[in-house]
Amino acid sequence: MSQVQSHDSESSARGDHAARLYHQPWPSDWWLRRASFTLFMIREITAVFVGGYAIFLLVLLFLPAGAFQAAVQGPVSAFMHVIVLVMALYHTVTWLNLTPKVLVVWRGEERVNPILLTAAHYVGWIVLSLVIVGLVVFLAGGGA
Amino acid sequence: MADENAILEVFRYQPDQKSEPTFQRYEVPFHEEWVVLDALNYIKDHLDGTLSYRWSCRMGICGSCGMMVNGDPKLTCSVFLRDYHPQVMRVEPLRGFPVIRDLVIDLDDFMNKMTEVKAWMIPKEERSIEQGEYLQSPAQLARYRQYSTCINCTLCYAACPVYGRHTEFVGPAAIALAQRYNMDSRDGGYEERAETLFDEHGVWMCTFVGDCSRVCPKNVDPAAAIQQAKVSATKDFYRSLVPWGKRRTET
Amino acid sequence: MEVRRHDIVIVGGGGAGLRAAIAAGEQFPDLSIGVVSKLYPMRSHTVAAEGGAAGVIKPNDSIEQHISDVISGSDWLADQDVVEIFVNQAPRELVQLEHWGCPWSRMPDGSVAVRPFGGMKTERTWYAADKTGFHMLHTLFQTAMKYGNVVRYDENFAVQLLVHEGRCQGVAALDFRTGEVFPVVAPAVILCTGGGGRIFAFTTNAVAKTGDGMALAYRAGVPLKDMEFVQFHPTGLPDTGILITEAARGEGGILVNKDGYRYLQDYDLGKPVDVNDPEHPRKSTMELGPRDRLSQAFVKEQAKGGTIQGKFGDYVHLDLRHLGAKRIHERLPFIVELCHEYVGLDPVRDLIPVRPVVHYMMGGVHTDLDGATPLPGLYAAGECACASLNGANRLGSNSLTELLVFGARAARAAVEFGRQNSALATEALAAQAADQQRQIQERFSRRGSEPIARLRQELNEAMEVGAAIERDGEGLQQACNKVAELKARLQDLRLTDHSTTFNTELPAALELENMIDVAECVVQSALARTESRGAHQRRDFPKRDDQQFLKHSLAYRTDAEPRIEYCDVTITKWPPKERHYG
Repeated sequence: MSQVQSHDSESSARGDHAARLYHQPWPSDWWLRRASFTLFMIREITAVFVGGYAIFLLVLLFLPAGAFQAAVQGPVSAFMHVIVLVMALYHTVTWLNLTPKVLVVWRGEERVNPILLTAAHYVGWIVLSLVIVGLVVFLAGGGA
Repeated sequence: MADENAILEVFRYQPDQKSEPTFQRYEVPFHEEWVVLDALNYIKDHLDGTLSYRWSCRMGICGSCGMMVNGDPKLTCSVFLRDYHPQVMRVEPLRGFPVIRDLVIDLDDFMNKMTEVKAWMIPKEERSIEQGEYLQSPAQLARYRQYSTCINCTLCYAACPVYGRHTEFVGPAAIALAQRYNMDSRDGGYEERAETLFDEHGVWMCTFVGDCSRVCPKNVDPAAAIQQAKVSATKDFYRSLVPWGKRRTET
Repeated sequence: MEVRRHDIVIVGGGGAGLRAAIAAGEQFPDLSIGVVSKLYPMRSHTVAAEGGAAGVIKPNDSIEQHISDVISGSDWLADQDVVEIFVNQAPRELVQLEHWGCPWSRMPDGSVAVRPFGGMKTERTWYAADKTGFHMLHTLFQTAMKYGNVVRYDENFAVQLLVHEGRCQGVAALDFRTGEVFPVVAPAVILCTGGGGRIFAFTTNAVAKTGDGMALAYRAGVPLKDMEFVQFHPTGLPDTGILITEAARGEGGILVNKDGYRYLQDYDLGKPVDVNDPEHPRKSTMELGPRDRLSQAFVKEQAKGGTIQGKFGDYVHLDLRHLGAKRIHERLPFIVELCHEYVGLDPVRDLIPVRPVVHYMMGGVHTDLDGATPLPGLYAAGECACASLNGANRLGSNSLTELLVFGARAARAAVEFGRQNSALATEALAAQAADQQRQIQERFSRRGSEPIARLRQELNEAMEVGAAIERDGEGLQQACNKVAELKARLQDLRLTDHSTTFNTELPAALELENMIDVAECVVQSALARTESRGAHQRRDFPKRDDQQFLKHSLAYRTDAEPRIEYCDVTITKWPPKERHYG
């Protein structure tokens, strides 16, 4: 493989100087120093909970009907659901805002406005959510 | 206007004298039209000739004068005293890099990364000079143009907490430059670059903090380049699972 | 002291230096090429060029036409054989750069796009939006990284040419990181160090442009040619001197005085065409006249009282508003960015204040059409050289092409020379470098009384006044005296930084020394040329004088002021005529 050559590695004088470089410490509270870093850390940590909830849901599917009912009822469960919902919403918003970075749509030389793309995704998300809520309500009504 | 003074606290590291850095306070005349670099030049010319820093074009295109100003990576030729004054300006070397002296950082690692990702044209098909230029439509040019405007100022590395803690990460600018060639209709070097781009120190180390794009003075949006590279790598992976899949992502 | 040996050494990592490195590295994989550059190559000032690079490519254009434009633009001081070679090789070099990935702007059919430029009768300027130099430099730098036989010495400053028995065999280089001076030897050396615009106070040039290569060659006995010809670009931002590209006028921008009047029509540059007329901008007239004439028109308009008074000197307005937001953003995005950042204006809605600003040196190290200097083994290319392509006035967009054409030519000639003269007096060269190290150390410990910044400022002011767009004998004599005085005071320089690690004060002192040598050649050559030609306008000698001065000036170093000699201009098929625009 061709490799760019720089003479410094061979130079003894440079070797001495390399030892005198100052390595700036990376502060342990770095993630508190900027809002974007803090939000990032919250995202990293909450991912564990959101993931855990997904596994919890999968496990529930394999439980007998009575046990399912027992697991999702009661104030503790309701509270947990609200918390996880908030976390999931945060991840959803992150994901939708990230979309235009990944999904670049071109119309000739013009890039389709990223805000438009994100907005379309939000609309899709809300419509889909409404459909599911409607379906659940319909099924629940039918069941009664 | 110059009746007022602006105050700078400047990071000093002089390995010939002291093994630990210090901060030095300077007062310079405040001028509405001065950039932070003008203040450093005033210090150098009139107050303290021993202060070392890099600069050249003073018009935001050579990429030399990146420093931390009040904790944020900036091109000092493009931010004004008036943006901070009367607040004290704390000027430090770009974070995440070893410091050679005062505000001068060691760029060797970044320079090597540019080479590792093969940030140069690897033509899809050879063409002689006599055959003239490769044809490239304005639309094809538009696909990679943004990533070709990186000035190598390395502000994005200073903003990246991943690079700050794991310098083996290829990092935003080098990945954006690799993507610049990957997305160029004339280029066929995707496979060669994939070795570095998609290995353990490549795009997957990025956790999408997104600060690289926020600090980029040229709106290159390296975060987008990295995420797009991730998508390419993912598509490659799924293609590799099926017998008819070809390990090549469209550009 | 370690000696680095290469087959050629290139000093300077800008456009010319990198083109030379690639030319040698690609064609001769068995050779080792050293590139000694005081900046990381991608920081070099080529990066700041905006408008474009000229080369005949479209069917409505011809080689003949480009040649004729260059010669007339040069006020007949260009060597016509050099112009012919340049114009013929220009398209090849630009296509080569395209093959290396340069993102040239395109036509809808995918071919490269060209735009009109000053003094060119046909549109032939290739461009990458308005960041052409930036894209060219980065393309060259990234391409150069491919070649394993190109060894870079980044942030190493060439402080002396190593000359032994009449042959240049390397350079002594100061490593900024360690403060060490070491010899980099090779049978051929190419200087690609750019111009010296920083001798003036108000310039578009980066701080790095201190005429280093010119001074190195000059001290080695090589003459500097046509140094009196300094180009003032008509459109720089007041205060900062930041360049507003000629492409702004190529796209149709106009220059207006304080009354909104297109004043250029009063200065023999043709009649204005309405901005909405499809004929506008008419090539080679009005705003698309050559740079020397436009800058001179500003001075005359200023004398007439037509300019606008500002905090940072008089200015006129560049008006782009009629081009519309879409075209401005597409073709001139960097201008939008610069105006927004540095003067808080939007060219889509606002007038841009501009005034003439020192931009380029037509003169430089005397070379032939292969970049060879009179000193065997020493070559030069790019702005630091004077192959006599540009004569008394360079046309915009020729310099980017020039550094490609002559960078490559110099490399090939240097390789050939090195093959035939491969013996190196290594020990003697190392001794010279060691001596240079001692001299620098001596300078280091000196406790003088003159701060660098003060001498530099006095030099800048003297040049600004004495070697302005319009000059006269008296002013030039004063500038000569001042420069001589500064040269003497240089001996008493005060250095306060005695560290060896990335000491930036020491190189600044060495640069100041280079600037003073270069400035002395500019003012002495200007004083000696008692005529007006191209960019050199003497109030006391307002006419061109072909009888006496259809000649290149050559400034040779002596112990006192430079000795000025003259040599002939090569005229082949294009006899001198009156220049005519409009």
